[in-house]
Amino acid sequence: MTNDPNKTGHNPVPEVGTKPSAKPAPKRFAMSFVAPVGAFIALAIVGQLLEASTNQYVQLVLLFMCANIIFATSLNLVNGFTGQFSIGHAGFMALGAYTSAYLSTAVVQNPSFFDFIWFAIAGGLVAAAAGYVVGLPSLRLRGDYLAIVTLGFGEIIRVILLNTPAIGGARGLFGIPRPKEVVLGDFVFTNFYMNYLLAIFWVILTLVVLWRMVHSVHGRKFLSVREDEIAAQSMGINTTQVKVRVFVISSFFAGIAGAVFAHAAQGLTPATFGFTKSVDAIIMVVLGGMGSLTGSVMAAAVVTLLPEFVLRPLTDITGIDLRMVLYSLALILFMILRPSGILGTRELPDLWRKNGK
Amino acid sequence: MSDFTNELVQHIINGVSLGSIYALIALGYTMVYGILQLINFAHSEVYMVGAFTAFYTARYMGLADKPGFLTLITLIVAAMVVCSIIGVSIERFAYRPLRRAPKLNILITAIGVSLLLQYSGQIIFGADPKVFPNVLDDQTLATLGTAELRLFDVTILGVAVFFMAVLTYMINYTKTGKAMRAVSTNWTVASLMGINVNRIISMTFIIGSSLAGVAAVLIGMKYPKIDPLMGMIIGMKAFVAAVVGGIGSLGGAVLGGLLIGFAEEMVKGYISSTYADAFTFAMLILVLIFRPAGLLGKPSQEKV
Amino acid sequence: MANKNMTSTKIAKGEVVLDAKNVTMQFGGLKAVDNFNLQLRAGELIGLIGPNGAGKTTVFNVLTGVYKPTAGTVHLAGVDTRPLKPFKISHLGISRTFQNIRLFKELTVLDNVVIAAAQHAEHTLLDAVLRTPHHYREEERLRQKALDLLQIFNLEGKANDEAGSLPYGEQRKLEIIRALATDPTVLFLDEPAAGMNHKETEGLMETIAKIRRDFNLTVVLIEHDMKLVMGICERILVLDHGVTISQGLPDAIRKDPKVIAAYLGADVEGGH
Repeated sequence: MTNDPNKTGHNPVPEVGTKPSAKPAPKRFAMSFVAPVGAFIALAIVGQLLEASTNQYVQLVLLFMCANIIFATSLNLVNGFTGQFSIGHAGFMALGAYTSAYLSTAVVQNPSFFDFIWFAIAGGLVAAAAGYVVGLPSLRLRGDYLAIVTLGFGEIIRVILLNTPAIGGARGLFGIPRPKEVVLGDFVFTNFYMNYLLAIFWVILTLVVLWRMVHSVHGRKFLSVREDEIAAQSMGINTTQVKVRVFVISSFFAGIAGAVFAHAAQGLTPATFGFTKSVDAIIMVVLGGMGSLTGSVMAAAVVTLLPEFVLRPLTDITGIDLRMVLYSLALILFMILRPSGILGTRELPDLWRKNGK
Repeated sequence: MSDFTNELVQHIINGVSLGSIYALIALGYTMVYGILQLINFAHSEVYMVGAFTAFYTARYMGLADKPGFLTLITLIVAAMVVCSIIGVSIERFAYRPLRRAPKLNILITAIGVSLLLQYSGQIIFGADPKVFPNVLDDQTLATLGTAELRLFDVTILGVAVFFMAVLTYMINYTKTGKAMRAVSTNWTVASLMGINVNRIISMTFIIGSSLAGVAAVLIGMKYPKIDPLMGMIIGMKAFVAAVVGGIGSLGGAVLGGLLIGFAEEMVKGYISSTYADAFTFAMLILVLIFRPAGLLGKPSQEKV
Repeated sequence: MANKNMTSTKIAKGEVVLDAKNVTMQFGGLKAVDNFNLQLRAGELIGLIGPNGAGKTTVFNVLTGVYKPTAGTVHLAGVDTRPLKPFKISHLGISRTFQNIRLFKELTVLDNVVIAAAQHAEHTLLDAVLRTPHHYREEERLRQKALDLLQIFNLEGKANDEAGSLPYGEQRKLEIIRALATDPTVLFLDEPAAGMNHKETEGLMETIAKIRRDFNLTVVLIEHDMKLVMGICERILVLDHGVTISQGLPDAIRKDPKVIAAYLGADVEGGH
């Protein structure tokens, strides 16, 4: 009886991989598709409702929210789970955004829906390659040194974009297409809806991949690097490899976030991906809780929606742009009063389970 | 003299002038880092506030159209005072509550304070750039071919050297300076020896911030366009200077500042002005990879 | 037990598993360890004792690769470990605990052990992402292995507690279990009994002796209090100010005037 950790009455949350289960492994493999596919179908239905009930502006903000969720959760893998501190994440997003945008404008004419998936993957790979180049030398550095190096790399990427005429230089790149609308008999899937499907596909894929990673023995190695690097090494963990790997994976998804952003915004300038964009991601990760994927999702939603639907009207009335002032205040106050963010290292399901007991 | 030599001499003069300003700001980063092991991200915004302090002081004291050394000194003093107050307040209200918290939390707070000042600055001062008053009438003091040695550059170097000398004296020969060194070597022991650590940290912020104020007036004099985001890039460069020189080392900050200023002028002159910023960061990354402790810093090993 | 390393580095009882020759470790002007020599034979249980600051932990840090020695050589089963990073040395079959407890504090007790066992995982991160049947089997195997190990010190009931929330003594025990999870051939224990009372210490020493038998281990034990190790150690090295002042059988050590002087000196210092 004491062999079953779920019956001990201590912390009822099993942390390693998956719960002990009597089900055979192949069946569990098959079952593992249920949640992601189910989520996609559910969100696709919600999308139809949104499409019918909201205007273009709201729809654009929703697409940005999807990009931000991917952007924030990918940064959390580095900053929250692995305990490194990158503040140049926007650079990788920029690479993904520009790659995907360039492919869809200059390389492929009239791209199909599935072309957009390849564009994004290409964007992710370019960002991942950059992440490898950046990470390999700099991840030997600790804490604030790493922070400043990532900041530097972010700026270097921006300066390079600024000086590359093929992608518009300082003027930027415009006329980036969205997936075309699809007509099936009487039914019309608008280009917003097709873009939305693409966006939620990437959101779900990102979350599933990141979630499964951190909830596995290999993902726990990431956390051990955060907790105590020297002990992790002594336990046989190649901490440098772990950190570089995490950085590359994180950069890949930042690139995906960039692709989602590019086709939502339909226009890019290097200025979009300045330090402020990196700070946006840090705010989302810190507010949601460093080491909590669901926390980042919530925070990304709040940080995207709040300024558009609450602060913008407020700004219209007062004539003062309060967005960044409030964000920075929130950052300071959270660090002083609740440094673990909203969820800390917990995930939303943990809370439900805890309450269920 | 050949055009090449003329140009080179001019770049050297500009480089030293710019570099000594970077050095002044870098000193603030390095001093705070030496004591708190914190990158004080807000330092560049303290510098920005210094520039605006000088701007408004000149306007309300009617100094805007009275260039001269008296004006320069008045503005420097005003900027130093206000910067000190801002610097000390930041430490007192944002960093001190977190002194025992993980390093990362303080770093995030520092970023928060930096953003808060930038964006409140945009609300208070307006986001548009302002023209810094004419502090001193520039003139050419000497020429070498087409290269000119101008009053601005000599003044900048003179003021910077003066304050660096004062700082060196303070650190090495005054009680406060010795206490600072003690605190940066070992905080706990220093407090056991009866040093008031809080007071010393406040002093560090006062000195570092007032040097940023000095730098702000000098920059305003030479490049008379100021705006609330002006601290960001120059702050990064000064920080890079501090790291390149060896963070925690005062001599390193000065050396790093001159090096960065000089390198920047060279890149602007001979390669491309748009890549100058990227070059600075490339330099930082190379130094951190090959000599993480900087040129004059001492390497450290974690105790197990 | 399935163990890649044990098969590759497994050596018959009595053969040399670890050979440290003339190891010196210098920090600036301070020689923390001076000309240290140790030949460790398979199956031995050795005590490393000495007063505070004698350099015992530094010896551990050099032998486990955390520090690179200033001079001298360390060979593990014939392999020169000096150019190797600590994680490689762990893969060669050395494991350790830390004097100042370095658990992964915010992770669960079970996670702490599973992470250490992860070097023997046969699935990859990609398996984890795809949730392949192989992933489920391996995760279950490692989890079960960790739970089995936790039973040594009756910690299986606290498998899902945060490691940092355990009482001090249990944290030390968890460190030992975590070290065992890497399937070592040589186990270094740095003051495993620190902070325990006499009775707990005796129990711990018995368990250590039992672990050594059950897992076929070679054990090196640092202990501050020399009486404790006399009972279980076959051979003892005494360090003082970085220098090995005596080594041999417990009885001989006990009577060695140099050892008595070193401890007496320490006691006198401690008494004031």
